Amino acid sequence: MAGDKVDPVHQFVVNKIVPIEIGGIDFSFTNSSLFMVVAVVLASGFLYLTTSQRGLIPGRLQSVSELSYEFIASMLREGAGSHGMKFFPMVFSLFMFVLTANLLGMVPYFFTVTSQIIVTFALALFVILTVIVYGFYKHGFGFLGLFVPQGVPGALLPLVVAIEVISFLSRPISLSVRLFANMLAGHITLKVFAGFVATLSTMGAIGIGGAVLPLAMTVALTGLEFLVAFLQAYVFAVLTCMYLNDAVHPGGH
Amino acid sequence: MFVTAAYAQSTTTEPTATEGAAAGHDAAAPAGELHTETGVAHEGGHGGVFPPFDSTHFASQLLWLAISFGLFYLLMSKVIIPRIGGILETRHDRIAQDLDEAARLKAEADAAIASYEQELAAAKAKGNAIASEARDAAKVKADAERASLEADLSQKISAAEARIADIKAAALAEVGTIATDTAAAVVERLIGPKASEADVAAAVQSVK
Repeated sequence: MAGDKVDPVHQFVVNKIVPIEIGGIDFSFTNSSLFMVVAVVLASGFLYLTTSQRGLIPGRLQSVSELSYEFIASMLREGAGSHGMKFFPMVFSLFMFVLTANLLGMVPYFFTVTSQIIVTFALALFVILTVIVYGFYKHGFGFLGLFVPQGVPGALLPLVVAIEVISFLSRPISLSVRLFANMLAGHITLKVFAGFVATLSTMGAIGIGGAVLPLAMTVALTGLEFLVAFLQAYVFAVLTCMYLNDAVHPGGH
Repeated sequence: MFVTAAYAQSTTTEPTATEGAAAGHDAAAPAGELHTETGVAHEGGHGGVFPPFDSTHFASQLLWLAISFGLFYLLMSKVIIPRIGGILETRHDRIAQDLDEAARLKAEADAAIASYEQELAAAKAKGNAIASEARDAAKVKADAERASLEADLSQKISAAEARIADIKAAALAEVGTIATDTAAAVVERLIGPKASEADVAAAVQSVK
């Protein structure tokens, strides 16, 4: 066995649950897939059940659903204006999916879907491709005006355009890596400190006494990680709104 | 002892793979070798590659993400968002409607208060008019009664005064005869012979 050593990275290992292979490519249903499905079922189930009463005066749970709706709606309206509201289902789905996946990851033994770079990268790419496709569809080549800020002296223009292009291209990377790295680092830190508790407590009385410190650290980090779980979903949604703003108003810089 | 559930699971389902994975992990086997061996030997473990960067399951994760997120997106855009939007809109409409209703009721109440006050003022004026009219009528009637009473009384007084004057005159006339009679009697007594009535009357008349 890997021994009596706590492996903080093991929680990110993807395991096959139902092996599926289509055309020589491995499409197995894995624990990652399972928790994607769980996140989807939980989030949509919560939203569906809490709003099934359609109460004129909302209950507590209905309020939660309505608040998340209005939270994202106002975020998108502020970020991309009223024209951006056509992307509301997308931003809302992204936020709810990322938030649920992040929070699910906080449950012990649960897999954190958003700690997989491929998942966050796919979501980020989805956002950026939406921006690009909608931008060109709506504004044609005028969308490229996004890379040409107004009021820049002609001599500097090539440099500025190059910087703008690079910053645009780095968006899917920064968007995905931000979420991925936050979840990954948080879970590893949590596991390392929790591992200290376990290791120390096998070392007799002194060890148990010494384990108090990492235990307190673990408790504090757990709280912090819940904050990060929400915050990263929020950041992801806010940045999505900002990028969508570029697609809706390319000359808005 | 510190085996996670995932480890335990992989141990039960794929004991050989776990062996390989554990060994690979501890020994930090070269990455190239691992990539050639992906597939069967390292399914359960993560070899030397950092698990999130292990491309073995990228395809399946992408597929399942597309399936689950696509479904989620559909559910959100077709069911949940219209529903919550509908709830919020209904509430918004209802609040606006209630506010309108409240404004209407307030206007009604204001109108009712105004008309009530108007009526009150009219009734007050009418009451005052009636009261002053009644007072005037009563005053006139009282004056008339007093006047007639006074006339009646003064008439009675004058009648009484007339009667007193008559009685006084009669009484004074009586006094003359009495005096004559008395004087005649006195003279007769004192002098003896009967004085003539005419003399006595003349005498009385002289002292009168």
